[in-house]
Amino acid sequence: MSSLLEIEDLRAYYGQVQALHGLQFSLEDGSVTTLLGANGAGKTTTLRAICNMIRSTGNIRFDGKPLAGRSTEDIVKLGIAHVPQGRGTFTRMTVEENLQLGAMTRRDSRGIADDVERMYDHFPKLRERSDQQAGTLSGGEQQMLAVARALMLRPRLMLLDEPSFGLAPLVVRDLFAILARINRDDKVTILVVEQNAQLALAIAGQAYVIETGRIVMAGEASAVADNEDIRKSYLGY
Amino acid sequence: MELFVNQVLAGIATGAIYACMALAVVMIYQAIDHLNFAQGEMAMFSTFIAWQLIQWGVPYWIAFVLTLAISFAGGIIIERLLFKPLAHAPILTHVAGFIALFAIINSVAGLTWDFTIKQFPSPFGSRPFLGSQLISTHQAGMIGVTLVLLLMLYGFFRFTRIGLAMRAAASLPESARLVGINVGWMIALGWGMASAIGAIAGMLIAPVVFLEPNMMGGILLYGFASAVLGGLSSPFGAVIGGFLVGIFENLVGTYIPGVGNELKLPIALALIVTVLVVKPNGLFGRTVVQRV
Repeated sequence: MSSLLEIEDLRAYYGQVQALHGLQFSLEDGSVTTLLGANGAGKTTTLRAICNMIRSTGNIRFDGKPLAGRSTEDIVKLGIAHVPQGRGTFTRMTVEENLQLGAMTRRDSRGIADDVERMYDHFPKLRERSDQQAGTLSGGEQQMLAVARALMLRPRLMLLDEPSFGLAPLVVRDLFAILARINRDDKVTILVVEQNAQLALAIAGQAYVIETGRIVMAGEASAVADNEDIRKSYLGY
Repeated sequence: MELFVNQVLAGIATGAIYACMALAVVMIYQAIDHLNFAQGEMAMFSTFIAWQLIQWGVPYWIAFVLTLAISFAGGIIIERLLFKPLAHAPILTHVAGFIALFAIINSVAGLTWDFTIKQFPSPFGSRPFLGSQLISTHQAGMIGVTLVLLLMLYGFFRFTRIGLAMRAAASLPESARLVGINVGWMIALGWGMASAIGAIAGMLIAPVVFLEPNMMGGILLYGFASAVLGGLSSPFGAVIGGFLVGIFENLVGTYIPGVGNELKLPIALALIVTVLVVKPNGLFGRTVVQRV
């Protein structure tokens, strides 16, 4: 299998403060990878650096193409969908408009209409609420909408920033089941950042653990899950 | 009763002026989330361009279309040169920029075309409209143009992808970038459109108030008031707000004793403030529903 995303020596900065200290990892095409770590470890920063939303140095290659010097919107056009922390929902617009916005880079209006229907099949709650302001949805529904909006891009890579945050455990389980299905059926490569390590490790093939801007552990998700230190620090048993 | 109907009609006729300007105000507010104090001056400058073209012998409607194109481009150029570099500056820096732009455009217009009052032709003529002494064909035409413009804007924002992208860019720039929208260009486009709408307003207003560099001073104030009354997030509200301000102003001047032409503006504005106390988002502004 080939690498879809390769990251070498990634360093990122907030003003004078260095948040990432030379990260190195890669994502295999078609894989699910999780990036684990405590608050402030640099998980969100890593995702933001991939989309050039903060100042960073190092090499990031997507499908062989270097991303350095490209604007966020150009990186999105290459097929990287980023579901940010807090979901980035356009709360003043309707659910349907949010889905349409997800397909903003596409020109195939038939395909877009079909995909809206497909999303409604994936997430029936969204169909019921298609004309409602997205801000009125529950947290779980908004997270489903954020994932659906990202899929409207027909991405090759989806970056998810703490999708479980603030959701009820049952909703989280549904969400991860859907992510696994999307990965399997639509061949979307997924990089998911999580504090909720248990579920993330259950659907991921590869896992990286990050501490204060450095990767401290990498490997098969099952191996990471069996590691005693990781269990104690992140899984709590 | 006849007096009342007449005063309402006359109010609608002046209200059309405010409605037109209010549309331009709402347009820029949608794009940049600020009010542009130089909007009236930009509209005045556009009107002078149209006047100059007509002086050179260009037929009215060709001058009209050319002026729209020039104003659209001019709005984009102003955004690119002046406000794009200020994108991350605090709001007061923007205000200073708007005021500078106001002064510069006003002086340049005065220098180029001097401060004497000029006649500006109306494409609709100025005969009585349907035999009414209170409303002229020009004023009727102006109401018509405002309503058509409103419909076009509504359709643009509601049904086109680029309109949707502009709304997204204005409400949540970062999320808009993450769906691949070039937010910078959406803002520039908003400036261009606001400038072109202002040009239409200016060309319709000039036959009534006459063309000179200070022609927009009072009108921009009324335009702001109308837009705020109707709701800054709603083009429809802005137009209704414009007509309402025109009608208020006339009725107050007619029916409240002791209120002549001098006092009708403050009283109309006081009424607007009263409405806003009850409905802070304006009459038609969308209240953002948010779950907590």
